[in-house]
Amino acid sequence: MTSETIRWTRKDLLGIAELSAAEIGLLLDTAESFSEVGERPIKKVPTLRGKTVLNLFFEASTRTRSSFEIAEKRLSADNLNFSTSGSALEKGESLIDTALNLQAMAPDLVVIRHGSPGVPHMLARRIDAGVINAGDGAHEHPTQALLDAFTIRRHKGRLEGLRVAIVGDIEHSRVVRSNLHLLTKMGATVVVGGPRTLMPVEIDKLGVEVAYTLDDAIRGADVVMMLRIQLERQGRMSFPSIKEYFRLFGLTRERLRLAKDDAIVMHPGPMNRGVEIASDVADGPDSVILEQVTHGVSVRMAVLYLLSGVTSEEA
Amino acid sequence: MHENLTPKNTILDAKQMARIIRRMAGEIVETHKDLSDLVLVGIRTRGVPLAEKLAAEIERMEGQKVPVGVLDITLYRDDLSTIAAQPQVKGTRLPRPIDDGDVVLCDDVLYTGRTVRAALDELIDFGRPRAVRLAVLIDRGHRELPIQADVVGKKVPTSNEEVIEVSFLSTDGTEQVRILERKPPQ
Repeated sequence: MTSETIRWTRKDLLGIAELSAAEIGLLLDTAESFSEVGERPIKKVPTLRGKTVLNLFFEASTRTRSSFEIAEKRLSADNLNFSTSGSALEKGESLIDTALNLQAMAPDLVVIRHGSPGVPHMLARRIDAGVINAGDGAHEHPTQALLDAFTIRRHKGRLEGLRVAIVGDIEHSRVVRSNLHLLTKMGATVVVGGPRTLMPVEIDKLGVEVAYTLDDAIRGADVVMMLRIQLERQGRMSFPSIKEYFRLFGLTRERLRLAKDDAIVMHPGPMNRGVEIASDVADGPDSVILEQVTHGVSVRMAVLYLLSGVTSEEA
Repeated sequence: MHENLTPKNTILDAKQMARIIRRMAGEIVETHKDLSDLVLVGIRTRGVPLAEKLAAEIERMEGQKVPVGVLDITLYRDDLSTIAAQPQVKGTRLPRPIDDGDVVLCDDVLYTGRTVRAALDELIDFGRPRAVRLAVLIDRGHRELPIQADVVGKKVPTSNEEVIEVSFLSTDGTEQVRILERKPPQ
């Protein structure tokens, strides 16, 4: 593959925006090897023995957090979990003090999710450990985009030349931003679709097509990626009712016929059945939603593996 | 990778290699009465073409196909924390469960024994073979661990400044074994 000669040299994985196509290719190819480890009778390799990984989740997460935890355990790393409730941050400690205290424990890698964009970047500048962004506000969620790309590649054999429709709450989604960067870098065509009230202005400047109806977005698509309506991130209701949203933008069997015959349906989860996606589509033959979760572990193993080989002096 | 290496001499050409591999295949057949539960497992990269060649020879001699597996020992290396960037992982593939079977590990060169140590650790994570044996094309000495090969193509005394380069048609476009010498940078 294309990644034959390139080596990983970054201390941190903060976003997709700064990665080259070759680096993305290396991450995906490495993940391919790790997916085999998940199929072994003993799903564990000694690779990160003696390395310490801190998982800092300042925002609720089930899937991403457990996925990172499983990935760390399968690589034999020691891991420690912090979450907002009960942490010193709730007791008034500043983020920088938290970072310095964590640094004093000399972890090798820190996985962080935070509601404010840029927090992982700030942390990465302050500490020697490699930092992995597990979602910062509505900014980036690089490992999600990587696992989406991995899943697409598994089904379509490539990313280049594919037509990928991403539909839903484009404005509040970090998954979209990371996916846009990744898919366009790898030569796919991206169409974003959703109500105007959930579409950021000037999104077309990121090199994507914009559609304001579901039908226009998914027509002829190889991949249909539905996004969750993030009610908790919205200050105001951007559409009159859930019922109306589903009628206009919910993915149903009939609507899916507009996409290519062999189109796959994806969702980063957690999904709201009957809001952005009908149950029979979510559970249907074209859905790869649970596969995304499985591949998430392989992709995160690849990220942990590659980052752990770079010390802060080299980066 | 091998900077400042100058070829010293060719120790085996394609014909000699083929003859040696044929003899090695014969030795494997001799020590395994029942070929039906035998698996040849090549260690990436150049243990794989060796395993494939041995399997082809065994099939020619005995008319029986022996499955070939591939072991990528990268994740089991003992020097991951000391080398600069992470080596690429290309994946392990075993053709069938190895429980209660006989495994012959194949590698091109046996040197310190550390690769074989890693391979044994990885293999054991896949099950409990009845026996594991080791077949190598070249044994160049300088062991750092108590590991020996059961089937050896050729013993080649070397110094630590020398490098053994094994080439196979499928991986390198040519078939030969050479000794190269590490030249100190000028």
